[in-house]
Amino acid sequence: MTERTRIPLHRDPRVRAILVQVLAAVVVGYGFYSLFQTTVDNLVARGIQTGTNFFDEVAPFQIGFTPFFDYKLGESKYIDVFFVGIQNTILVAVLGIIAATLLGFFIGVIRLSPNWLVSRGALVYIEIFRNVPLLLQIMFWNFAIFLPTLPAPKNSIAMGAFYLNARGFHTPLPVIENTTDFAIWIALLTFLVIGLVMFARRAKALFEETGRRLPVPWISAAALIIGGYIFYLVSGSPLSFDEPVLGRFNFKGGGQLPLPLFSLWFALTLYTSAFIAENVRAGIQSVSHGQTEAALALGLSRKDTVNLVTIPQALRVIIPPTISQYLNLTKNSSLAVAVGYEELVAVWAGITLNQTGQALVIIGMTVAVYECLSLLTSFVLNWYNKRIQLTER
Amino acid sequence: MTTDIHMASAELGDTIIKIDELNKWYGQFHVLKDINLDVKRGERIVICGPSGSGKSTLIRCINRLETHQEGSIVVDGIELTEDTKHINEIRREVGMVFQHFNLFPHLTVLENCTLAPIWVRKAPKREAEETAMRYLERVKIPEQANKYPGQLSGGQQQRVAIARSLCMNPRVMLFDEPTSALDPEMIAEVLDVMVGLAEDGMTMLCVTHEMGFARKVANRVIFMDGGQIVEQNEPEEFFNNPQNDRTELFLSQILQH
Repeated sequence: MTERTRIPLHRDPRVRAILVQVLAAVVVGYGFYSLFQTTVDNLVARGIQTGTNFFDEVAPFQIGFTPFFDYKLGESKYIDVFFVGIQNTILVAVLGIIAATLLGFFIGVIRLSPNWLVSRGALVYIEIFRNVPLLLQIMFWNFAIFLPTLPAPKNSIAMGAFYLNARGFHTPLPVIENTTDFAIWIALLTFLVIGLVMFARRAKALFEETGRRLPVPWISAAALIIGGYIFYLVSGSPLSFDEPVLGRFNFKGGGQLPLPLFSLWFALTLYTSAFIAENVRAGIQSVSHGQTEAALALGLSRKDTVNLVTIPQALRVIIPPTISQYLNLTKNSSLAVAVGYEELVAVWAGITLNQTGQALVIIGMTVAVYECLSLLTSFVLNWYNKRIQLTER
Repeated sequence: MTTDIHMASAELGDTIIKIDELNKWYGQFHVLKDINLDVKRGERIVICGPSGSGKSTLIRCINRLETHQEGSIVVDGIELTEDTKHINEIRREVGMVFQHFNLFPHLTVLENCTLAPIWVRKAPKREAEETAMRYLERVKIPEQANKYPGQLSGGQQQRVAIARSLCMNPRVMLFDEPTSALDPEMIAEVLDVMVGLAEDGMTMLCVTHEMGFARKVANRVIFMDGGQIVEQNEPEEFFNNPQNDRTELFLSQILQH
């Protein structure tokens, strides 16, 4: 005869879980409510009208670096400033992510080199760049190294049509002169690429059929160069170049990468690569030595062992923490304020906020941009990571 | 399959592995002391001994997973030196099966088997896959070809590992405690495959404590202790009439249960 004993409510885990959650929800909800109410009260008390009307007002300031946007002082509006800011943020983030990944992989791999000097060198690099505050590093490169050592525009370091000076890096820009020629040229290029893709497919089939490996990358590069050159000989250049010319104070024309962008990119790359290098080292070390032994015992060379066995398995460990580093790099680009690179926080949450006083809207939009960029990055990489995860049971 | 495979032992071939005065140290520790060992083509040797006696180290020297400091090892006419070309030539001809399988978890069973033939032997992919399927059939798991190692049982994984080695067409197979990490009911399926290999005349060096396997398959059983070959003999003599006290003690310890 067993009689079901009643559990006192406070000892029933299910009841307790529900109670705690309800309590937490009430506390958090009240917190948000009071935050909102205080803000509204304060805005009313100071007579501030919150809204998006200022978007269409003309922004009364110039932005020096707007590579993807036709920004004109006296015509462009505040909302254009917002888009310019986003573009500049994305530009430095993408450049930084590419460079930091390459450098980080290189440093991480040589960190494990059997050569004492090389591995110690990598260790010193990592410990220096990840232990010094990023803001300090950005200012160091910009104000202590690049600005004082690079010459004034008049004495620019010239490399052909490229010029480097304390204002930045000046490059020729391609300009399409004759649109029909250019269209023909693009069409030919497309045909060439399609041909090469077909060739690569044939080469792969040939390899699977006979084991013969064709040097596809070399042949493709040669075909592109020779094809382009022949067309150049036949019809002349489809492009002309707008070269930078020294004006009174600085170069005019051509493309320009301002020094702050360069300093910021440089510092972000070094700083983030140190963290990525540690991820890479951890990833490679996580692959058991038995894997290497099995590959070597089968007769695979060291290089093939690393490329076919170690790295593919290490990637699974490397990717998740590296996503965090990409997100960090993107967010850290806001430190550009210190050197005057015109990204989102500098021109939107800085100048525009100062001039319009629309803190709520501007900060909200800025937060939303970073949130979107971060979610997008981690979504893409998580998808990739999931694809390469090990299959078990 | 019950044919006595010892019948064949009379017709062993020439020497395929010749180890002379081999000495190896791990720092100060002397793991292998004056090892001399000749292995004939087609010979099946079982190496046993207490843990730390150097038996795994010895067979790992044969494909240069371990380096030795003194003495010489010649495999199929090629001497093992620092020369990476020679090392790779030997590794191509010598297959190895590990205690913990060491299958590549990011590749399917079939890809595990074709990786080395494609990249080392430069075999066409289709041909490599056909060979792989033949060996997977031989170890009785062709239906698992497209699964990943993590989806297989320990015994199945070890059989894949054997097939992977065979795909390189090795002249010698080294087994480093192939059944030590397996549950008892899976040991038999792996040993069956190994017996089959022996019947086909493969030259085998097995580090194992499976004495039933040694009795059934080996031409020679070697007992190692303290880095030395203490005793070696034909299985019958070895088990029934051990000459050395240490051998006797070891056998009594592993056979009493």
